[in-house]
Amino acid sequence: MPLETDSAPAPKARAAAENAGSTGTTGGTRAQARARAARNRRITVYTARVLLLIGLLGLWEWLARSAVIDPFNFSMPSKIWDQIVRWATDGTPQGSLWEQIWYTLYEALVGWIIGVVAGVILGIALGRVRFLSDVLGPYIKVLNALPRIVLAPIFLIWFGLGPASKIASAVVLVFFPVFFNAFQGAREVDRNLVANARILGASNRQVTFQVVIPSATSWIFTSLHVSFGFALIGAIVGEYIGATKGLGLLVSASQGTFNAAGVYAAMVILAVVALLAEGVLSFLERSLFRWKPADSGDGR
Amino acid sequence: MSIQKRPVIELRGASKVFRTPSGGLHTAVRDLNLTVEQGEFVAVVGPTGCGKSTTLTLVSGLEEATEGEVMVGGAPVSGIGDKVGFVFQQDAVFPWRSVLSNVMAGPRFRGVPKAEAKERARSWLARVGLSAFEDRYPHQLSGGQRKRVALAATFVNDPELLLMDEPFSALDVQTRALMSDELLDLWAGTGASVVFVTHDLEESIALADKVVVMTAGPATVKEIFTIDLPRPRRVEAVRLEPRFVEIYREIWSSLGEEVRITRERSASDAA
Repeated sequence: MPLETDSAPAPKARAAAENAGSTGTTGGTRAQARARAARNRRITVYTARVLLLIGLLGLWEWLARSAVIDPFNFSMPSKIWDQIVRWATDGTPQGSLWEQIWYTLYEALVGWIIGVVAGVILGIALGRVRFLSDVLGPYIKVLNALPRIVLAPIFLIWFGLGPASKIASAVVLVFFPVFFNAFQGAREVDRNLVANARILGASNRQVTFQVVIPSATSWIFTSLHVSFGFALIGAIVGEYIGATKGLGLLVSASQGTFNAAGVYAAMVILAVVALLAEGVLSFLERSLFRWKPADSGDGR
Repeated sequence: MSIQKRPVIELRGASKVFRTPSGGLHTAVRDLNLTVEQGEFVAVVGPTGCGKSTTLTLVSGLEEATEGEVMVGGAPVSGIGDKVGFVFQQDAVFPWRSVLSNVMAGPRFRGVPKAEAKERARSWLARVGLSAFEDRYPHQLSGGQRKRVALAATFVNDPELLLMDEPFSALDVQTRALMSDELLDLWAGTGASVVFVTHDLEESIALADKVVVMTAGPATVKEIFTIDLPRPRRVEAVRLEPRFVEIYREIWSSLGEEVRITRERSASDAA
């Protein structure tokens, strides 16, 4: 039985081989030249990025040192760096820096996991069961309309200064984007795939677990990226309002002592933590979505 | 061909009315009478958008008839029967499953143990010539190969009744002829009845024992033609036979009129 993939590329490959045979040297140098051009371009882009960063930081440092901007309010990169180093080596007023990072990360992570699990389960359930979405739909809309960050003080009253109140505010921030994406994902499943699964003999349960959930995962994953950021916000704001440990407390403590460098330093640490978490998520996503066609470039 | 001819599908006065998003009623098929016998290959042709596909969804149990009776295997259709296979117009393979896992899906859904399902899937993949591709994902295959996966995934369930909704319309002409031949080969061994919906008259004559011409929508059966071309057939060769051309002319005189009506209607809709 002839296969079209077997026959189709063959003449092309042969033509290419002949081409390489007759004009082997030029073909080789051309490929090399192209590789070199690509490498050069990459180097240029990275250099430009680094220069931009150095330029901005340098400008900030210079403006602060020459007192064009008030160094007390705006601080300067060198002081921020000193602050980070001091926290890392001597510890913060609340204990070691690593402990603060771990506390915030722990609260964000637990809140994120609870929010994601609840959001996915409810999103899929409401997406699949019409009755549930008809009954609960309006309530979820109302809750979503609420600016949920104002719940943080309430959680502080309910759950106290410990991690529980921060986890709760992370959960409410994470839940909604995940929920809406899972819901949408469950609703937008290709009808053909569902019909096909049912014809092949799938029960309702099997359709949910083996068709709806896999095809909703790409929707869910988009929300996971955004929502981890939200979990961090929830944890930080919770800590900022009242806590015994954490990066948010570091921010509020620095602010309380008019230590601008401390506020910025905590921000830098947070940014690094968020970027690392994002990297881990992207890695997981890539290994989970092997069945998807690779990106065909960014269209530039 | 078969000794005892018992009807596998019987449609008696079946109609299907859909509610349109704007709240109106749309009659897709009306007063449909059709009998398909065991082992028979029936092609249904009709103008584009006349309601051919609806006929299949009624028989498959995906949709319920608004009026009339739909019988499969002597019993009225309620829900999706386990003897039915359906090949869709669009790709309906699961993109997150490998080729092998796609073909295993049917038996696994029906509770066949994994090892047995794998064995059966492998044997059907061999028959469609995709053994070397069992670990690939659908996006790594060509359109023709994905259709083969769909065929294997359908045949692996041993359907007694095969419903096909313009299955090859998305393929290029050469692949299409090849797939038609393969379909005939695969079908020949199974004794299943086939209802093959298409808007391509040539394809329908080349494949079928019986060609059903539908009217412009709302569709009903206009005429039924028996195709007496000998089997086994090769679709590209059979097209050149004088008898084929004769049959084509005969059926087209019936179908052409419906196509014209549809065209005039869409022209007046646009005006």
